Amino acid sequence: MRRIAVKSIDGLTVIDTSAPPSSGARLVDDFTPQLIDVGAHNLCPGCGEPIAMRSVMEVLAESDLIDRAVAVFGIGCYTAFSNNLDCEVLQALHGRAPSLATGVKRARPNLIAVTIQGDGDMVNEGLQEVLHTAARGEHVTAIMLNNGVFGETGGHMTATTTIGQRTKNTLDGRDAAVHGYPIRLSNLIAELDGAAYVARGAVNNAGNVAKTKRMIQRAIDVQVAGLGFSFVEILTMCPTGWFIETNEAPDYLQSVIEPVHRVGVLKDVAAAPDGSAAPDGSAAPDGSAGA
Amino acid sequence: MTREFLEGSEALAAAMVAADCRFFAGYPMTPFTEVLEEMAKRLPPVGGVCMNAESELEAIGMAWGAAATGTRAATGSCGQGLSLMQESIAEMSLARLPLVVLNMGRAQGDYFQATRGGGHGDYRTIVLSPIDVAEAMQLVPLAFDLADRWRNPVLVYGDYYLAHTREAVDVSPVRFGEPLPAKEWALDGTSGGTGRAKVVSPLGDFKQRDGVGYDMADYYTRCGAHLQEMVRAVEPIVETEFTDDAELIVTAFGTPAKFVRYVVRQMRAEGHRVGFVRPITLFPFPTEEVAHAAAGARCVAVYENNRGQMIDDVRLAVLGRAPVEFIGGLSLDSSAFGIAPDLEVPIIRRRIEEIGRCHGLELQEALV
Repeated sequence: MRRIAVKSIDGLTVIDTSAPPSSGARLVDDFTPQLIDVGAHNLCPGCGEPIAMRSVMEVLAESDLIDRAVAVFGIGCYTAFSNNLDCEVLQALHGRAPSLATGVKRARPNLIAVTIQGDGDMVNEGLQEVLHTAARGEHVTAIMLNNGVFGETGGHMTATTTIGQRTKNTLDGRDAAVHGYPIRLSNLIAELDGAAYVARGAVNNAGNVAKTKRMIQRAIDVQVAGLGFSFVEILTMCPTGWFIETNEAPDYLQSVIEPVHRVGVLKDVAAAPDGSAAPDGSAAPDGSAGA
Repeated sequence: MTREFLEGSEALAAAMVAADCRFFAGYPMTPFTEVLEEMAKRLPPVGGVCMNAESELEAIGMAWGAAATGTRAATGSCGQGLSLMQESIAEMSLARLPLVVLNMGRAQGDYFQATRGGGHGDYRTIVLSPIDVAEAMQLVPLAFDLADRWRNPVLVYGDYYLAHTREAVDVSPVRFGEPLPAKEWALDGTSGGTGRAKVVSPLGDFKQRDGVGYDMADYYTRCGAHLQEMVRAVEPIVETEFTDDAELIVTAFGTPAKFVRYVVRQMRAEGHRVGFVRPITLFPFPTEEVAHAAAGARCVAVYENNRGQMIDDVRLAVLGRAPVEFIGGLSLDSSAFGIAPDLEVPIIRRRIEEIGRCHGLELQEALV
């Protein structure tokens, strides 16, 4: 087999295409995870949402709940997944998924209802929906993919955009005097008595991906046990909407987003009946909310 | 037959429960409030759910979620509350979901909103307008039947009088001829993991297989064809009286039509050639029946408690074959509940006489 010649021009790697390759393109491996019907999606390179979606689907599959689940989708880039997951899907209006999930769960209590929403969908358009659903202690799980921008429109400020963060309509960075302050939604929801589990994860490195999957698992377990509303906010990369190089996005998330929206378990009523918990999910010995 | 002496709101709730509605969500607003109160009483004992929603947006969202599971669901409000629900009504039509929406209006100013809709996209909703509580008992089950049959929201347009008038009504379930198709589209979780998991969405109704996403051109084309079929197939319901030889036709809908009908009957008894037409389905509008009634008339008068909305549909039906005149009017009392000061027999009679005189008809009582 002929080796592919690779050379470098001004530091840019270039594959030699002066002669045809020794064999045609072929599928080496299909990395499509179980329950995602079509591996290809049209989301940008470096986007964190597919990792988050995959984690949700893996938890449903591993919990043997896939034939009891209904995913209620909001509107955002992640809506691209609404028609290629092998679980039942109900599409909501922008911001309104928590009410639809409420109707689904109340009408058929045996179903597992999970909302998939972004920060623009949940915190801007539909803040009232998620707060009341949490306050009612609705037995549903809400997943919020938080990248701090409206990704689908091309990178505009949302209610979670951090101070100083550049977006298309805050070109000099979000200025609190002009644009106000970001909402830390997980912290707000943790204050509500109806919320049984509240956590904030991230998908910018392998450790956080693994931690986030455990959070999703816990949230689903809380719903199955009927303990109340469960909520997982997941910080996701959006290099396109952040106007940075793809490979810089994980570090950008860590340095620009995470210091405001801290990763950790904020509340786990089952583990700590007083309503507070440490970031790893264990009860915080001092009774403070871990973050 | 089970007869009960019920206030309109109680009767509407009884009719919904008898029609197997098992999910209701609402936000208080007069005169819809009492319907919500009644559903909160009546649904739990039959295993149903009544939700006190945080707003009309959430009320229709909850009903949407329940409807997607195949549960017969309803919501409602009036005026501003219905305005808030327009986006969802439009989107549910595109997602092809059944829903019954009670629009307990105050006066009749929401005819355009009910029949045209205030939402986005290519959609229509069937609109039923009862004249009284007894008729509402028939139209409510019909609304659920039509919603399920056409997988589309159906509005019942009532008013303050309907909600608050007490009548002895039949509360036994009403059944319709044609059996309804099974709700194979409804979500129950079980299609998950089969490779053919269901999707209920305004973007498309099946999962992609080739990586290209939804084909919205295909979906919207099919939705449009379905809508046209619904509009063509749903038979308009209309009440007509004395139209064959009428020189003057008076049209009205809802509660005011009961007053108008009384006046027309009174005038007929005196020998005047006056006829009465009442659309019961406001959409689809009974165009043919109105045109037929107007065929030999010198004038068609329209009475509504607004500034003239249904008159547009009457004009479209009459198509210039006779002059169409507005004899209604916005009539709000200080409570704004549409307890109309001009909803009074002598006033309606005077207006009919005046419009008749304009077209060469002498309709005074003294004529007899």
